[in-house]
Amino acid sequence: MDIFLQQLINGLTLGSVYAVVALGYTMVYGIIQLINFAHGEVVMIGGMVALWTIGALAGSAGLPPTVVVLAGVASAVPVCMLLGWSIERAAYRPLRGAPRLAPLITAIGISIILQNVALMIFSRNPLPFPQILPNPVFEVAGATISLVQIIIIATCLLLMGGLTLLVYRTRLGMAMRATSENPAVAGLMGIPIDRVISTTFVIGAGLGAVAGVLNGLYYGIVHYTFGAMLGLKAFCAAVLGGIGNMAGAMLGGILLGVVEALGTGYIGEMTDLCHVGFLSTALAERCARDGHVVLFGSNYQDVFAFLVLIVVLVFRPSGLLGERVSDRA
Amino acid sequence: MSLLEVKGLEVSYGGIVAVRGIHLAVEQGELVALIGANGAGKTTTLKALAGMLRPSSGSVHFDGHAITREPSHRLLPRGIALVPEGRGVFARLTVRENLEMGAYIRHDRAAVKADMARVLELFPRLHERRAQVAGTLSGGEQQMLAIGRALMGRPRLLLLDEPSMGLAPMMVQKIFEVIRMISAEGVTVLLVEQNASLALQAANRGYVMESGAITLTDSAAALLASAQVRQAYLGE
Repeated sequence: MDIFLQQLINGLTLGSVYAVVALGYTMVYGIIQLINFAHGEVVMIGGMVALWTIGALAGSAGLPPTVVVLAGVASAVPVCMLLGWSIERAAYRPLRGAPRLAPLITAIGISIILQNVALMIFSRNPLPFPQILPNPVFEVAGATISLVQIIIIATCLLLMGGLTLLVYRTRLGMAMRATSENPAVAGLMGIPIDRVISTTFVIGAGLGAVAGVLNGLYYGIVHYTFGAMLGLKAFCAAVLGGIGNMAGAMLGGILLGVVEALGTGYIGEMTDLCHVGFLSTALAERCARDGHVVLFGSNYQDVFAFLVLIVVLVFRPSGLLGERVSDRA
Repeated sequence: MSLLEVKGLEVSYGGIVAVRGIHLAVEQGELVALIGANGAGKTTTLKALAGMLRPSSGSVHFDGHAITREPSHRLLPRGIALVPEGRGVFARLTVRENLEMGAYIRHDRAAVKADMARVLELFPRLHERRAQVAGTLSGGEQQMLAIGRALMGRPRLLLLDEPSMGLAPMMVQKIFEVIRMISAEGVTVLLVEQNASLALQAANRGYVMESGAITLTDSAAALLASAQVRQAYLGE
């Protein structure tokens, strides 16, 4: 089996989910310069709501699995949209004029509240996400790709394409771009700023809901904490691409997924001390006996996103695509 | 009744009372200049008229309707457009997109297209650069874009905040030519300027503002001739 190609496929799957979640961060940041740390929790709640719906419908016979999964998405999206709208309305709007640190801390607070509410409503235990979709596996040049992976990548590409069209081809998108650049002047153009900001949260939350369902489908398990880690990684992806930049969030998400998957695939081999077994006789003996003395295994998967974050912040804080156009005054 | 009528307008800004109960009126079709030194409260007045700041007391009527505490996005539909201090062009949008933003509230597509053509004709420099992002324009070009964008909303009252600021003398002349033209086409203009002599030469009437209060008002010609104005604002 070709590890490289296999991890590339896994990475693209992961990465496309990161990209869709990262869009939620970057859109909100672009429009009000707030890092909405509660976004990961919205994604998690999307997964949980879909789990409920799918669990309830899968029991009743007769419905084809595709319909059941679509019903899961159709229930998660409006719930998350309402949640996103409420969060902005209740927690961020009252702080619109406040120093930037205040809403940021509020966002962390909202995130903690949502996580604990989810713990109370759903369960403290990991819940199995019904794997009802048929999941045949296809062979591609020595690696495999499953139907669920194909569905995830295709859905994410579709969402990204749709959002790009919305932002660059519609009146609402034009209002969003203008508001993101200069809310005061956008208001002078007759754009109702508050409504545009609300809409941005609603769209981001809707995308997050779909990502939450896809995440459940992929891993087959949901836990009330999964949104926090997924959210943080997607945030890293948004920073990697250049926070506030939509194309950057998509590129950053996919790159981060690939880096994570390849890193996880190769970290064991790369940190195998037997490459330098000649350094010590004790080590050489263990190598002869076990074959490998691996320093870091694939359980270090979560490290890569944050390594990437550190590297970006040190060497290119504005991200890959986050160049600033100077406005001459 | 005047097109714009301001009574007892008081605006606080960052804890200080920047505008202290001023009265002013602008008649339909007039070009009125509001002049005064830096920090006199001219920009604050315009911002309050455009709904960007909330007055603490007083009233503003436009065309007979009270608009005192209307948020800015409701004012352009009523016919009031502001060209803000420092232009406020959307730097990452193209020139054409900036102009389209000016017509955001309009749904008469054919007329918008015609207005776009007219604005690009009025400002040939913008026509040349219509596909460029606005952040790459010079200061004068950005000012033209900001004025053109305001015109795209077909305002009845155009508020201009320091249109000459930071521009080369040639460009200032050009901008004032345009302002006269807009006025001649029937748009009512309220112009805030530090360059008092240019503003009064273009205007019908003027108000002089000092530390948040209006201290003098007369026809532009009389103000230009007044010893007080000449000494304080024309450097004589």
